[in-house]
Amino acid sequence: MKNKNRVVMDAEGIDRSLTRIAYEILEKNKGLDDLVLIGIRTGGIYLANRLQRKIAAIEGIEAPSGILDVTLYRDDLQKTNKKPRIGKTDIAFSLDDRKVVLVDDVLFTGRTIRAAMDALIDFGRPRLIQLAVLIDRGHRELPIRADFVGKNLPSSLWEDVSVKLTEKDGVDEVVIEMDSEE
Amino acid sequence: MILERKDILGIKELSKDEILLILDTADSFIEISTREIKKVPTLRGKTVINLFYEASTRTRTSFEIAGKRLSADTINISASTSSVVKGETLLDTARNLEAMNPDVIVIRHSAAGAPHMLAGMVRQSIINAGDGAHEHPTQALLDMMTIRAKKGRLENLNVAIVGDIAHSRVARSNIYGLKKMGAQVAVAGPATMIPRDIEQMGVSVHSSLDEAIKEVDVIMMLRIQIERQHQNIFPSLREYAQRFCLSKKNISLAKKDVLVMHPGPINRGVEISPDIADGPYSVILDQVTNGVAVRMALLYLLTGGKA
Amino acid sequence: MNWLIKGARIIDPSQHIDDRMDVLIENGKIVKLGEKLSPSSKKGAGIIEAAGLVVTPGLIDMHTHLREPGFEYKETIQTGSEAACAGGFTAIACMPNTNPVNDTRSVTEFILRKAAETNLVNVYPIAAITMQSLGNALAEFWDLKEAGAIALSDDGKPVMDSAVMRRALEYAHSLGLPIISHCEDTCLSSGGAMHEGFVATELGLPGIPGIAEDIMVARDLLLAEYTRSSIHIAHVSTAWSVRLIRDAKKRGIKVTAETAPHYFTLTDDDLRTYDVNAKVYPPLRGKTDVEAIKEGLRDGTIDAIASDHAPHAQTDKEVEFEYAASGMIGLETSLALGLRLVAADVLTLNQLIEKMSTNPAGILRIPGGTLRSGGPADLTIIDLQRLWTVDRKAIRSRSKNTPFLGWGLTGKAVMTIKGGVVTYDELHN
Repeated sequence: MKNKNRVVMDAEGIDRSLTRIAYEILEKNKGLDDLVLIGIRTGGIYLANRLQRKIAAIEGIEAPSGILDVTLYRDDLQKTNKKPRIGKTDIAFSLDDRKVVLVDDVLFTGRTIRAAMDALIDFGRPRLIQLAVLIDRGHRELPIRADFVGKNLPSSLWEDVSVKLTEKDGVDEVVIEMDSEE
Repeated sequence: MILERKDILGIKELSKDEILLILDTADSFIEISTREIKKVPTLRGKTVINLFYEASTRTRTSFEIAGKRLSADTINISASTSSVVKGETLLDTARNLEAMNPDVIVIRHSAAGAPHMLAGMVRQSIINAGDGAHEHPTQALLDMMTIRAKKGRLENLNVAIVGDIAHSRVARSNIYGLKKMGAQVAVAGPATMIPRDIEQMGVSVHSSLDEAIKEVDVIMMLRIQIERQHQNIFPSLREYAQRFCLSKKNISLAKKDVLVMHPGPINRGVEISPDIADGPYSVILDQVTNGVAVRMALLYLLTGGKA
Repeated sequence: MNWLIKGARIIDPSQHIDDRMDVLIENGKIVKLGEKLSPSSKKGAGIIEAAGLVVTPGLIDMHTHLREPGFEYKETIQTGSEAACAGGFTAIACMPNTNPVNDTRSVTEFILRKAAETNLVNVYPIAAITMQSLGNALAEFWDLKEAGAIALSDDGKPVMDSAVMRRALEYAHSLGLPIISHCEDTCLSSGGAMHEGFVATELGLPGIPGIAEDIMVARDLLLAEYTRSSIHIAHVSTAWSVRLIRDAKKRGIKVTAETAPHYFTLTDDDLRTYDVNAKVYPPLRGKTDVEAIKEGLRDGTIDAIASDHAPHAQTDKEVEFEYAASGMIGLETSLALGLRLVAADVLTLNQLIEKMSTNPAGILRIPGGTLRSGGPADLTIIDLQRLWTVDRKAIRSRSKNTPFLGWGLTGKAVMTIKGGVVTYDELHN
């Protein structure tokens, strides 16, 4: 099994992208009013937390943030008996009339975001939903697009794009793994 | 995460890992019941049939809500209103249901072994909601979930189960489960209600409530059926209550942070005094809440396409 | 019919014979046993080459349920007879719990007439002790004997009233009719579905304590002693029963006893799958009881092995365990299960044949159980080496309720001859 890893973004690059995204969120939404950040489990949680801190550093106020687990809304659950582990969803505030910024690490087929939106609608009626992702790697299977993108990364379907974060992996970097599977 | 089973018929055959998987999955379902929209689309289009040969409000409602919160179509069949009254055998009922292609059949029956018979006959997943005096796996799972949530663990806890052990499926399932998870179990009741050779299940046996609940972490009171009085199993409810009712008089024998549990429905003043049932030690209502989560977890883990 | 059976190992416990010999049969009777006999000169005489096989007196099952009249959907005298001769039996005694109960001469005569029509096996009716086996009023023992009943039993039920059982023992004894007692204290056994013990506790099934049998065995032994009569205990299943019967025999009480193959082959552990075919009364017991039964067979406390062949249709069995009918068929597996005791050195082959032929004949006072010259030519030819599997499709009984389905067994009756006529032949087919 060949395993050629390419680091396409290092720790500094990630930090600069997140800083830019934080400013873009504030610019597009003309401030923090009614804004909430929802991180999609698992990678999105830490990115949402980092964005929350950066926004707080800029505006002096913290936007509320929550965690969303989309497992139960996935469209591929009935495919196998292998049930993915369900994580906790924790949204401690109402979403009614809020501006929700969904945060995820990699935007790929778009199915996770579709599931996330279905979940959010069950929680309430947001005024609007925006999407912030660190990496957009293309290959959309649904008409979904991100409002805020850290880096556009054209990739091939044989590649695996992995966002590693210090909080869970001990290092900050975005890696492309191209392995030929047996 | 795989539950490599077609059916959930009892705790006896589950491994410790399987029990942990079910409890952990149940934990993540608790939150759904607190939302405004208490529904996730996970089991959309799946059919769950609740086939209840014994009357039950609590368990059946719990299974029905569990199925509906997962967006499944749930159907309730109670024996008294169905073709069973016309004399249809269990097997024929099962085959007829199988022909309508449900995904899960939940069965409660007064004869031990009925779910096993069904599981061997139909291809659907069977969940045992209680078979005679044999097992009630979902009750034991929700009991363990409740204890774990309050105590943080199950290992090395001392649990006392009190009441008509001989006729109790709740007792048997809990004994299997708690012992597998590393707890110590004691049973207590009038000698006529202790089944033969139960020590061989690894439990200590007591004929007095006070002895059994000394320094325990959890007390599980079981329901007394009035009919047993006519079988000379005990002389009167009055005498039973005098000897085995959990109340302010004896609760202090247990640990200060003891949990008081009961599978319900409670005979107030017979098994538990009202102030204990409604008091700070009681987690009886938590059991009910956790029951929905456990049943959702099982429906989630058992359904799914075959790879 | 006339036959010369050549070269077999002849086992006849009644004459203490275990030797390689020939058997000459003429006109339905045994002429003689001897070495190198000449074939019969009679018309149509045949020769059966039986080298490597065992020939014994025809096996006699002293406890069978033929279900006719009344429960023909489970078994008929015809199908029961077919099962019996396939099992190597030349005679069977059938219990009276038919519908109507065999408590009058008309039912006894009916059974005998039907059996004569099929003519595959000698059928000996056991009539009821009490009217409708309700345990109250004595049946007409003398009239029943005249009609052809050879023993009395309320099998399926006990005679709970000790005063009634006392009178029954006295009256039957004066007529020379054996009483076969089904020992069960129904107050203790009531509601039970299996043996009361750890397995029942784990399975959550109501239990039948061993003492339900032991208490009635003790009672019946005392009654037999007091009335100076004899008694036969049916389907012994517990260690205490064996102990009580052993002591009673030492005291000189005239008691004989039988057990069924399932009581020395299976235990209550075999019910863990809720197998309705293993549900039987008395229930399958624990390991210590099984060992006591084997010891009782070995030391002669238990005189006979009787199948307690109890056919039940699928509709009676394929229901929830607690509601399923009790009983298993046994005529076609009895011999092979008995041979397992020989293979395990619990019994010699001689002792096994004694318990499956000679002793039953003696207890019931019927012809058979012997290869004496001049006696009826009732013989069983056994292939001790024959390997076979209990196959549902091959079972001749109308009902297939046996827990031994799929079992691989060694040893089978390959020919059965009753009154000189071949009623079952697997050797030449």
